Amino acid sequence: MGAPMLEIRGLRAKVGDLEILRGVDLTLHAGEVHAIMGPNGSGKSTLAGVLAGRPTYEVTGGSVRYEGKDLLAMRPEVRAREGVFLAFQYPVEIPGVSNAYFLKSAVNSIRRHRGEPELDSADFVGLVAEKMKVLGLDEAVMKRGVNEGFSGGEKKRNEIFQMAVLEPRLAVLDETDSGLDIDALRVVAAGVNAMRSPQRTILVITHYQRLLTYIVPDRVHVLSAGRIVRSGDKGLALELEQKGYAGVEAAGA
Amino acid sequence: MAGPVDVKQAYLADHAAFLREDGGPGWVRALREEGIRRFTARGFPTLKDEDWKYTNVSALTQQGFRRSGRVAGIPRAALAPYSFPGAVELVFVNGHLEPGLASPHPVPEDIELGSLAAAVEDPLSLQAELGAHAPSDRHPFVALNTAFWTDGACLRVPEETVVERPLHLLFVSAPGGEPTVSHPRNLLLFGRQSQATVIESYLGLGGDPTFTNAVTEMVVGEGAVVEHYKVQREAERAYHLGTTQVVLRRDAQVTDHSVSLGGALVRNDLNAAFTQPGGALTMNGIFSAAGTQFVDNHTKVDHAHPQTTSAQLYKGVLDGRSRAVFHGNVLVRAGAAKANARQTNRNILLSEEARVDSIPGLEIHHNDVKCAHGSSIGRLDEQSVFYLRSRGIDEVTARSLLVFAFTTELLSAMRVESVRERVAGLLLERLPNAGALREAL
Repeated sequence: MGAPMLEIRGLRAKVGDLEILRGVDLTLHAGEVHAIMGPNGSGKSTLAGVLAGRPTYEVTGGSVRYEGKDLLAMRPEVRAREGVFLAFQYPVEIPGVSNAYFLKSAVNSIRRHRGEPELDSADFVGLVAEKMKVLGLDEAVMKRGVNEGFSGGEKKRNEIFQMAVLEPRLAVLDETDSGLDIDALRVVAAGVNAMRSPQRTILVITHYQRLLTYIVPDRVHVLSAGRIVRSGDKGLALELEQKGYAGVEAAGA
Repeated sequence: MAGPVDVKQAYLADHAAFLREDGGPGWVRALREEGIRRFTARGFPTLKDEDWKYTNVSALTQQGFRRSGRVAGIPRAALAPYSFPGAVELVFVNGHLEPGLASPHPVPEDIELGSLAAAVEDPLSLQAELGAHAPSDRHPFVALNTAFWTDGACLRVPEETVVERPLHLLFVSAPGGEPTVSHPRNLLLFGRQSQATVIESYLGLGGDPTFTNAVTEMVVGEGAVVEHYKVQREAERAYHLGTTQVVLRRDAQVTDHSVSLGGALVRNDLNAAFTQPGGALTMNGIFSAAGTQFVDNHTKVDHAHPQTTSAQLYKGVLDGRSRAVFHGNVLVRAGAAKANARQTNRNILLSEEARVDSIPGLEIHHNDVKCAHGSSIGRLDEQSVFYLRSRGIDEVTARSLLVFAFTTELLSAMRVESVRERVAGLLLERLPNAGALREAL
């Protein structure tokens, strides 16, 4: 096994005066899918936000190395250009900015960063058409405002569609399953599974085991009160389902 | 030492001289005399007047402005950046029509469009309309315009006439060696079932302070469809006061786009009255200010008849230490059954020092109506900024993009493409890293 894709050591973070992450340790390698599960308030979304650079969170300790580089020192846009992607739990609606313009800007900012030529409109249409079909998104949505008037399910599919277009090396999926019916969940999971590759690492954050029957993880971690309290294989998710978080936390203590 | 009283006296004294030089036909002279009487009786507004509570006009009352004369020698090429390709254009410099600067597109033969000063000489005079609509009794600057106007556009679109090309009235303030004032006056008459688009542009060529005190009266006939634009982009030291008065007859459809970008002090009054049932009015407004600019939009809509509809959306972007006022008033009278009125003002503040006073207002005297109003003042949504950044878009571009996006629904409502693109370009120009946003159009 080579050097880790992502190495989190003793990560601590707070919002205002409230410390939420209290020393998270986690190592992910290329090609792996990891799941982080945990009850509400355990720090799952905070961890996702800190990795993407959300300014609301203040990192108070620890380190995060991404492909050997200091991730926490990078601005959010630089993280994105370096290949980090966060699928938002609550994607933002931005009326007045079309999905097409938004996504093309994103693609080209990443390409510029890599020293690759920018895509023109024709290249871009070619790039997105097939991927939209896979996620069941109509081409007409490209002209609409970013997530504008999208249903909850459409927003989540749009996140995975963006991921498919941007082809990150590290994808963090923050409760992508929340609010999805079973059909939408299958579509989203298929979109994620299509992205699995030996060069890519996917971190799935979820409250429920259900998603993990569709996206089968290599490793499962339980986050509780801001720390990883147990790690195991996919069987741990089933154990959680049966015993509940309280039972698993007790067993791990 | 010039004080408010002195400046008012100076206007009075100058008016006598003005009438001696250029009184016009008897009825026009009488109108001008009535204007100065009303201005004298009312005087300049102060912050104690409800309609001027937030609007300090002391810059206009504490210094004199000389009546601006003709300025020769402005080449047509100098106006190219302000002109709209495809439009029929009339150019007024300091309130005087300059026929030599008109566009290559001639005025269509089936309409009348030209100098108001010339039109009032016609025996079939405009007596019934000119000055009959704009409130010179209630608005001191309308009174001052009525007293002092020298020229402007007179448009008559006959019944059932469709005017294909937009009609562009371009008002240029060309400063002389001292502060100058001009009082453009427009009368726009749209016949029954006619259709036309009129653009008023106000711009300045910089330099010394200029004061533009404009009044436009529009009468929109039964079933006529009119799109009206006012694009205000005067220079840094410009003062602009403008009143647009709209009369909507039965089933008239009017869309007004107001764009305020320039000037030290801008005050727009847009007043509309439904004088018969069934008209529909859309009022769209964009204002953007920075530095120490001040921009004030006052709107009044009078629903006196059934089945009348008004929809207003004004959006402001304020940076630096700029200030803005939105004061909307919708009056639904007792006879206005099934009236429908919406009024919305939204503002974004980009700095700690910028400020907006937003005062929406509905006054309803009938039960069977639909009315709603709303107002908001906020900052850029940081969640949206982060969302854009999380996809690789740098922070400066993300912020510029969101500011621009705030106005795009108003831009897309502009049907004349060249105006829409020009205004979009002007809004983008004000934003950091605008180059990256060009494609967002």
